Amino acid sequence: MIMAGQTLYDKLWNAHLVKERDDGTALLYIDRHLVHEVTSPQAFEGLRLAGRLPWRVTANIATPDHNVPTELVERSGGVEAIADEISRIQVRTLDENCDEFGITEFSINDVRQGIVHVVGPEQGATLPGMTVVCGDSHTATHGALGALAHGIGTSEVEHVLATQCLIQKKSKNMLVRVDGELGAGVTAKDVVLAIIGKIGTAGGTGYAIEFGGDVIRKLSMEGRMTICNMAIEGGARVGMVAVDDVTIDYVKGRPFAPNDGEWQLALEYWNTLHSDDDAVFDKTVVLNGADILPQVTWGTSPEMVLPVSGIVPSPNDYSDPAQRSGCERALQYMGLTAGQAITDIKLDRVFIGSCTNSRIEDLREAAAVVRGKKVAANVKEAMVVPGSGLVKKQAEAEGLDKIFLDAGLLWREPGCSMCLAMNADKLGAGEHCASTSNRNFEGRQGFGGRTHLVSPAMAAAAAIAGHFVDVREWI
Amino acid sequence: MKAFTVLDGVVAPMDRANVDTDMIIPKQFLKSIKRSGFGPNLFDELRYLDEGQPGQDSAKRPLNPEFPLNFPRYKGASILIARENFGCGSSREHAPWALEDYGFSCVIAPSFADIFFNNCFKNGVLPIVLPAAKVDELFTAMYANDGFTLKIDLDAQVIVTPAGESIQFEVDSFRKHCLLNGLDDIGLTLQDADEISAFEAKWQQKSPWLFRTHSA
Repeated sequence: MIMAGQTLYDKLWNAHLVKERDDGTALLYIDRHLVHEVTSPQAFEGLRLAGRLPWRVTANIATPDHNVPTELVERSGGVEAIADEISRIQVRTLDENCDEFGITEFSINDVRQGIVHVVGPEQGATLPGMTVVCGDSHTATHGALGALAHGIGTSEVEHVLATQCLIQKKSKNMLVRVDGELGAGVTAKDVVLAIIGKIGTAGGTGYAIEFGGDVIRKLSMEGRMTICNMAIEGGARVGMVAVDDVTIDYVKGRPFAPNDGEWQLALEYWNTLHSDDDAVFDKTVVLNGADILPQVTWGTSPEMVLPVSGIVPSPNDYSDPAQRSGCERALQYMGLTAGQAITDIKLDRVFIGSCTNSRIEDLREAAAVVRGKKVAANVKEAMVVPGSGLVKKQAEAEGLDKIFLDAGLLWREPGCSMCLAMNADKLGAGEHCASTSNRNFEGRQGFGGRTHLVSPAMAAAAAIAGHFVDVREWI
Repeated sequence: MKAFTVLDGVVAPMDRANVDTDMIIPKQFLKSIKRSGFGPNLFDELRYLDEGQPGQDSAKRPLNPEFPLNFPRYKGASILIARENFGCGSSREHAPWALEDYGFSCVIAPSFADIFFNNCFKNGVLPIVLPAAKVDELFTAMYANDGFTLKIDLDAQVIVTPAGESIQFEVDSFRKHCLLNGLDDIGLTLQDADEISAFEAKWQQKSPWLFRTHSA
């Protein structure tokens, strides 16, 4: 019998398969579990109530990120200085649970603290070939390293803590191939927004997506993380990229990476982590890199996205009744008019940060645009929130903080911040925000807030111009 | 987890596509360290006219009179019918917790987002996928009949309408078994502890770097 080749997903799945049940559900072994304060307290409580202990305690790494204040004065006082009492209790509860169960935690003012999806790769705590889970839907980020990574719910957080396994059903394989080359000023964020625009927010439901093609191969690890991060916005829990030299170079020397004695052994395995030439995908989607322009979302779903040169659509442009009513509702919520140019959308706030775009490369990209310029008068606040304490330190060593501050942007402490506005950083009702985050849902960044998803360069240019501009004209 | 066997209940609508979990339960309520009490804040931004805050007395808040769950005819509803891609976005299990706490034990839609779908089963909430045309029929029948109910029999995998129509639905046998018996799947998985240990020992031999301990 001739065996068809395996996809990267097939290989990762098979390597971690503990057992398969008759109905197709499987027990999958989990190598790394990342923990944050929002989705874990009920899971730890469940362990306590059942008298259970973590199966392999060193597989877990925790850091608080969703609730932490990003303003320096409040932040300096640590957990007990968090002004919002409920947030304070939640962050304190994470500390207490990690202490009680012996879990490694990068606590609020540890320099290694940050957004869990920035911290994992940065520490080498997420590695090629691993299964990685976290109670957060953006866990697919770690798939950029050639890992099988996805978000889980709190019951599954408890399940992983207690058993080191997850009950799973295998997804189908999808290849998203981006061929050719990107134009100047077009970034990973534009690529993933264009992909979501093409497949829709449910296009990847039931699939594990592998991102491939020349454009992906030429991206840095940071760029690949941006792409995999938003797989969930295309409906796929899993996004991943095959291992290559870019991956290996990124991992080498990181604190949790294999040491000298184990490096060669690890390399041998990692070099097998790509889809075979004759692997069969259930679905393949192809984009041409040269066709992708800087993207801006206009609506309340990430699939409501257009090139910056576009005009806001009309409900009449859609034949499908659900899409038509969706467009109508989105226009109303966003306060936009059909036919309006994207570049005519005026901005009240700018947010540069989140697990999608808060890594050093993102900050360099934004700083290059604002250097020597000033934030527009109509922009009330433009905020840069680095993804981790180490990203912040690196950016400051490069003088990026000065560039942002000189241009009139705020330079904050690391955390999730205005991506989901669980802390004090949020939009007011009716305010338009150019945001490098990942979701433009109604109310996501604050009650009544209006989010436009863009790349760091596009957000930076919008901060200076006060409205959207094609950043390609600025470089 | 409470068992799900037969449900006979009032049906309420969530008549829009791509309902995300931020919409089901907004982020400010995720600061709770408890698993219960999210019901009053289900669909908070649609249900009330003001901005909700944790710890508020929801009974004193202004209701949005245009939101169906506030209509008397849907009072006490335990079945929600919805459109495509219900539960997309964030993995927050607070979404099924809020639905369950409000009183919903079943959501019927043409499609669900993967993580939400999975989370429902862990909380005694049955998500049922039906063809879009069939869901459309249910919407029409519900709008036309005050107090419209459905009877859902999980064991038989059938929905029975007041007109007597039987609609079959699919559900994975393992998930069905857990739901019917209200089983905690951690306990079930731990019955395989020896197999997990054996796998782990082999995996450690092959990939020792994954098992190194690091001091913080």
